[in-house]
Amino acid sequence: MQRESDASVTNRSADMQLPQTIEARNPGMALDMDWVMSAQANTSAIERRAGSIGARRSLKKDHQAAWLLKAITMIDLTTLAGDDTPGRVRRLCAKARQPVRPDLLDALGVGPITTGAICVYHEMVPTAVEALVGSGIPVAAVSTGFPAGLSPYRLRIMEIGESVKAGAREIDIVISRRHVLTGDWQALYDEVREMRRECGDAHIKTILATGELGSLRNVARASLVCMMAGADFIKTSTGKESVNATLPVSLVMMRAIRDYFERTGIRIGYKPAGGISKAKDALVYLALLKEELGDDWLTPHLFRFGASSLLGDIERQLEHHVTGQYSALWRHAMG
Amino acid sequence: MTVKDIFETMEWGPAPESDGEAQAWLDARERRFGLFIDGHWTEPGETFESRNPGNGEVLAHVTQAGADEVDAAVRAARRAQPKWAGLSGHQRARFLYALARLVQKHARLFAVLETLDNGKPIRESRDIDVPLVARHFYYHAGMAQLQDAELPDRGALGVAGQIIPWNFPLLMLAWKVAPAIAMGNTVVLKPAEYTSLTALLFAEICTEAGLPRGVVNIVTGDGQVGAAITAHEDIDKIAFTGSTEVGRIIRKATAGTGKSLTLELGGKSPYIVFDDADIDSAIEGLVDAIWFNQGQVCCAGSRLLVQEGIADRFHAKLKARMAKLRIGDPLDKSIDVGALVDPVQLDSVTRMVEAGKGAGEIYQTPCTLPNRGCYYPPTLITGLAPSDTLMQEEIFGPVLVATTFRTPAEAVEIANNTRYGLAATVWSENINLALDVAPKLAAGVVWINTTNAFDAAAGFGGVRESGFGREGGWEGLLAYTKPKGKTRPLSPITAFPAPAQAKVDELDRTAKLYIGGKQVRPDGGYSRAIWSPKGALLGHAGLANRKDARNAVEAARAATGWAKASAHLRAQVIYYIAENLAARAEEFASRINRMTGKRGGAAEVEKSVERLFTYAAWADKLDGAAKPVPLRGTALAMNEPVGVIAAFCPDEAPLLGLVSLMAPAIAMGNRVVLAASQPFPLAATDFYQLLDTSDVPPGVVNILTGFHNDLAGTLAGHLDVDAVWAQSGADISSLVEHESAGNLKRTWVNNARSRDWFGAEGEGREFLHHATEVKTTWIPWGE
Repeated sequence: MQRESDASVTNRSADMQLPQTIEARNPGMALDMDWVMSAQANTSAIERRAGSIGARRSLKKDHQAAWLLKAITMIDLTTLAGDDTPGRVRRLCAKARQPVRPDLLDALGVGPITTGAICVYHEMVPTAVEALVGSGIPVAAVSTGFPAGLSPYRLRIMEIGESVKAGAREIDIVISRRHVLTGDWQALYDEVREMRRECGDAHIKTILATGELGSLRNVARASLVCMMAGADFIKTSTGKESVNATLPVSLVMMRAIRDYFERTGIRIGYKPAGGISKAKDALVYLALLKEELGDDWLTPHLFRFGASSLLGDIERQLEHHVTGQYSALWRHAMG
Repeated sequence: MTVKDIFETMEWGPAPESDGEAQAWLDARERRFGLFIDGHWTEPGETFESRNPGNGEVLAHVTQAGADEVDAAVRAARRAQPKWAGLSGHQRARFLYALARLVQKHARLFAVLETLDNGKPIRESRDIDVPLVARHFYYHAGMAQLQDAELPDRGALGVAGQIIPWNFPLLMLAWKVAPAIAMGNTVVLKPAEYTSLTALLFAEICTEAGLPRGVVNIVTGDGQVGAAITAHEDIDKIAFTGSTEVGRIIRKATAGTGKSLTLELGGKSPYIVFDDADIDSAIEGLVDAIWFNQGQVCCAGSRLLVQEGIADRFHAKLKARMAKLRIGDPLDKSIDVGALVDPVQLDSVTRMVEAGKGAGEIYQTPCTLPNRGCYYPPTLITGLAPSDTLMQEEIFGPVLVATTFRTPAEAVEIANNTRYGLAATVWSENINLALDVAPKLAAGVVWINTTNAFDAAAGFGGVRESGFGREGGWEGLLAYTKPKGKTRPLSPITAFPAPAQAKVDELDRTAKLYIGGKQVRPDGGYSRAIWSPKGALLGHAGLANRKDARNAVEAARAATGWAKASAHLRAQVIYYIAENLAARAEEFASRINRMTGKRGGAAEVEKSVERLFTYAAWADKLDGAAKPVPLRGTALAMNEPVGVIAAFCPDEAPLLGLVSLMAPAIAMGNRVVLAASQPFPLAATDFYQLLDTSDVPPGVVNILTGFHNDLAGTLAGHLDVDAVWAQSGADISSLVEHESAGNLKRTWVNNARSRDWFGAEGEGREFLHHATEVKTTWIPWGE
């Protein structure tokens, strides 16, 4: 991701830029409560759309292979476990550098690719940064009392600074769900804005924990507030909630992003996380992305999968594409 | 393109569905088809081409049936019918179940064949049409199973002639065939000329299911075949889905033949978006509303009404969505919009849009259309007014026309400003608003925050010129059953003639017409003396003419409050009429006795009081239903009044006959124009005094006296009358049905048969059915 000096959160018109290949960062804007409160999300209709996109857009053969390769470049390869060790993280980083067997890439005629990022807890950041030197792969750190976000506010803010100092270029923060559940949008806005400021040059992904927000309408409104506060990405879940990324939630968040773009000219990234483990699912997400947001978003700058086991399934599908035979997991290097 | 190229561009690619199996199926039949009559295939005769509209290629040669073959099919159906109806419901259920299973087993063949023949995207035929077909047979297998227990008083109609359209060839077949055969009818079905193939495949699975021969007969061909079915004397029922124009022809052709008729016709259904709607979802809904099946859907949400404050933003977002639609090869799984059914249809759509140019602003999906085949780009025309032709006429293509409104009341007004009344869609996140608007829309189906939702359990059908009758649900069975009760030939009653020597002892009493709550003199200024059999002058009755009929309809139309009055209030008013009638029982009894020269007056009055009680009771008890549709939510079937009903009362029971028609109608919230017993009108004119004292609001009941033959044409032809009931002693059934074609109003005629007005068949659910329209309101929910 591009580094750029932190634009202070000001009125949106001040920092409007024309669309460009590498996105301008979102400067944020003043909290617009009229806009927030006018956001609606009709669950049944959203489910109908989400339920039919897979059947409406089918990808076959070379197109499927190319899209799956693209999906790999969008993966935030993630380990967020209590038993993470430097060895485990180094292994994951090695996989991020070379996510697909070279012979398969050769057969597909596509040059070396990497995953979008490595995503770890703060303590693992230095290890990951070191392991990824020269690869261009950024390290993302989950932060702010991940996953519940209920540690002391001051410490949550400090945690961001520590991770940035340790070399994280992307910070995945968790919002205070209680602000959404109690309708305290101002508090949510203030919180995210301060976190954004603390991130400095590092990009901020705001995790909504959509599975805990109670309604799609809340997801839509929280998405808007986070973008107004300066989020570079909005992200569904920590992966620790009982319900993580879903297509209906993704549709709501993508539409919020589209709305924000239509009104400000700023493109915000989207990251569904948790529960996406099949190549077929990844294709459906990308199809939805292309349909709802358009080709501009089909880049790791604006879209990431938060996933740990997705890559393995994609590798198997790619081998099937190359050989015509169904593959096995153990034929592909583990991360 | 290499993988690397695609990796960069991230383009969609082709995702073709193979048509190998379907082509092989056609080849195996040498691409020539005969007719399916009496369980056998006839040799192909004179044939016509069935083409693939996606590329213009000839798929098969299909036989043009002649009158003899239609006759053979009807005879086969007639022969098979008694035995088929004689099976137990369970035995018939097993056959329907087998058909459902076979549709599922051959699902992909049906889907691909349908797409080849019709041009609809394979995703739709595969994911929507064919599953709904299977569902319809499953559902009606259940109806056959339950028939004996749940519908003991109703039996099969006999032989049904069914004529279906080309937009949903197999699905419309299922909607017609499943309820018909479930209830013990046999059928002669004609698929549309453009799209016969899936019906022919269906004929094969009838054989596989072991269906007794003659139960389902399929004859192919053009409109002449349809006309031959319509005209055939040995058919008991015609069910038609298609254009309003042809529906009107069929209405006239079947008038007076005694054939039962249901029509599912055109539409120009409104799609209303309020400013508190989930706008993105409402826009996505439009994709399912007007770009589903290339807009060739009778209930397509083709008239977009957006609240003014959000209109610009809505239209901008809609255009952005349209730009994403993919148009092309219907067999491609990733195509949103396929081919129109035929070059004729493409030409029709093109010409209509061309003719409408000048009004409004046109946006079309930027796309390259295939070189061959019948393709038309998704089109939006904004800035139209209700007075523009394109806002009124059905286009039947992927063309959405749009206007704006200011308030909910204006939305309803614009929505209802149409000759049609099939479906309507409402988008709002406000439950109060949505549920307030839905009942006000002139439509048989209303979708709230969804659109084009269908299910076998939910009734489908229209009001106004969109036709009459419902398909699906319990209400759909009424179209394929009739009461088991016996009728007998009507014996005309002539008024008693003036005696040579008149006896006039009483002070002159002037009976007038009763219109809008007032007693008015007949416009023409003519009256008729009413004599007793003994030659006593009983009084004079006015002879109502065209203008009186017009005035009565206007008064009825104006009495809008009655439909909104609570059922409890309507019940109270009807009880009050009964109370007042009971108080004057002797007077009414004596009047009846003197008019008829019989002694049944007291019994007739007593029965009339009882009948009023019956419908006062029913007023708040004809429950609607919450349909268990496959949706998180419900589809409410609500009974609404038909509107303004003109009823010709029977001759023989001057008071009871009138009460038997008036009471169910007003109990359900209708307003009525009653033509009193022709020979014995004075019970009716006495009766209006009761109405005056019973809190019946002006205009709810209007009473005309005079000659039924004179009034029938006027009232049946009146375009602001919603239904005509002809239970007259005069032979007006044919006239009423024929004249009703103007606005395709519902009719209920006696076909010169009489019923026992004193018995059970003189009241009950049959009457209530004719007094109500079932409106199905789909209400998905979920937060």
